[in-house]
Amino acid sequence: MKYLDEFNDPDLAKRLFDEIATTATQPWAIMEVCGGQTHSIIRNGIDQLLPDSIELIHGPGCPVCVTPLGMIDKALAIAARPDVIFCSFGDMLRVPGSHQDLFGVKSMGGDVRVVYSPLDAVKIAEEHPDREVVFFAIGFETTAPPNAMTVHLARERGLTNFSILVSHVLVPPAIAAIASSPTSRVDGFLAAGHVCSVMGTREYGPLVEQFGMPIVVTGFEPLDVLEGIRRTVAQLEAGEARLENAYARVVSDEGNVAAQQMLSTVFEVCDRQWRGIGEIPASGWRLRPEFDAWNAELKFDVADVDAPESALCRAGEVLQGLIKPHECEAFGDECTPRTPLGATMVSGEGACAAYYQYRRLDVPVEVATGG
Amino acid sequence: MCLAVPGRIVDTRDERGAKMGTIDFDGVRKDICLAYLPDIEVGDYAIVHAGFAISRIDEESALETLRMFHELGILDEELGVTGGAE
Ligand code: SF4
Repeated sequence: MKYLDEFNDPDLAKRLFDEIATTATQPWAIMEVCGGQTHSIIRNGIDQLLPDSIELIHGPGCPVCVTPLGMIDKALAIAARPDVIFCSFGDMLRVPGSHQDLFGVKSMGGDVRVVYSPLDAVKIAEEHPDREVVFFAIGFETTAPPNAMTVHLARERGLTNFSILVSHVLVPPAIAAIASSPTSRVDGFLAAGHVCSVMGTREYGPLVEQFGMPIVVTGFEPLDVLEGIRRTVAQLEAGEARLENAYARVVSDEGNVAAQQMLSTVFEVCDRQWRGIGEIPASGWRLRPEFDAWNAELKFDVADVDAPESALCRAGEVLQGLIKPHECEAFGDECTPRTPLGATMVSGEGACAAYYQYRRLDVPVEVATGG
Repeated sequence: MCLAVPGRIVDTRDERGAKMGTIDFDGVRKDICLAYLPDIEVGDYAIVHAGFAISRIDEESALETLRMFHELGILDEELGVTGGAE
């Protein structure tokens, strides 16, 4: 019962597991979209405590993992400039570009700084008027409002030495791409709770209709994830496909309207490359032309680099749920969190790193029904 | 990086046109931006991501979540207290 004890309410967890086990009469594959959910599932062994008929497929919901190689290389080129202070969230530092990572640039004298909030980067720009300060604006819809605020404030405050390198990605087009892929085995989706706390739930109804699959808005604490799975399985078994909100304590239908207004002021939809997956139409945000002066891609003439991925790395298949991380030959040998070959091994939310950190692959796990 | 942590608003202020505030995460205090929850008041709880309050949450759920994060040891890491981000 090792894993069950780690739930903050083991009795409730057991009840949810039992209910899922009794409801499930046939195999179902459910994709959790958010990397935070993947982390939670692997850390708590949820996938191992579920009945064998329920398979969890780990989706592409880790923004660090899907940021394209070409964009990492642009970041590296900008960060290496002597006039630049390059600011980033900490988990981007070890993401391998085609030749090195941001840590490498830092150790060679580049001024690379980790920030907790994007506003810290704005502050650094105000404190260093003689330097160019660039913030690496990656993330899904949850992180986009904080990032959007930086250029809004930079414009308000007339800051000319600040710019952002934007590589935003959007969840609904990714769900659509996966659901319409001929190789997809997904029967239902757990939508990412915090993405929906910003965007609301309205974008997901049309996807439910288009693909005839249940989508359940789900949080990322272990019990939240279980509840999302329980509701998805219940719908699948009943032959239903509805949009449900299993995270209503945080997510409202309309989302955060003030944040949405800022997003539409600053960003516009664009096609976007996803590392390991390829281009997904209308799946990203870029800066609107009004913000050209704060667009690092325009400010620094960084060429597009067409960089090949490691031949060993199968992150693309992992991200699409076609293989599990440990089925990759390099997993745990050539590829570890210290020496990552692919982005899914770098971030704690990447499926490969989560398996490496938590999955005791050779340790038999006692099942929930054991006592 | 998509984790979001609940905290209690301790004070609010206007900082050159941006609504800012101090938020208490189970004893750890941080400056965060409140611009996206313009109606939030001192004593309310909100979920915070990348230094921004993005969604309100009721006190009971907030405390429960904080307790769990604490037990799992991910609160400090997420807030960058132990330099976990590096
Ligand atoms: S284990 Fe490493 S090499 Fe294999 S798919 Fe994952 S990131 Fe790529």
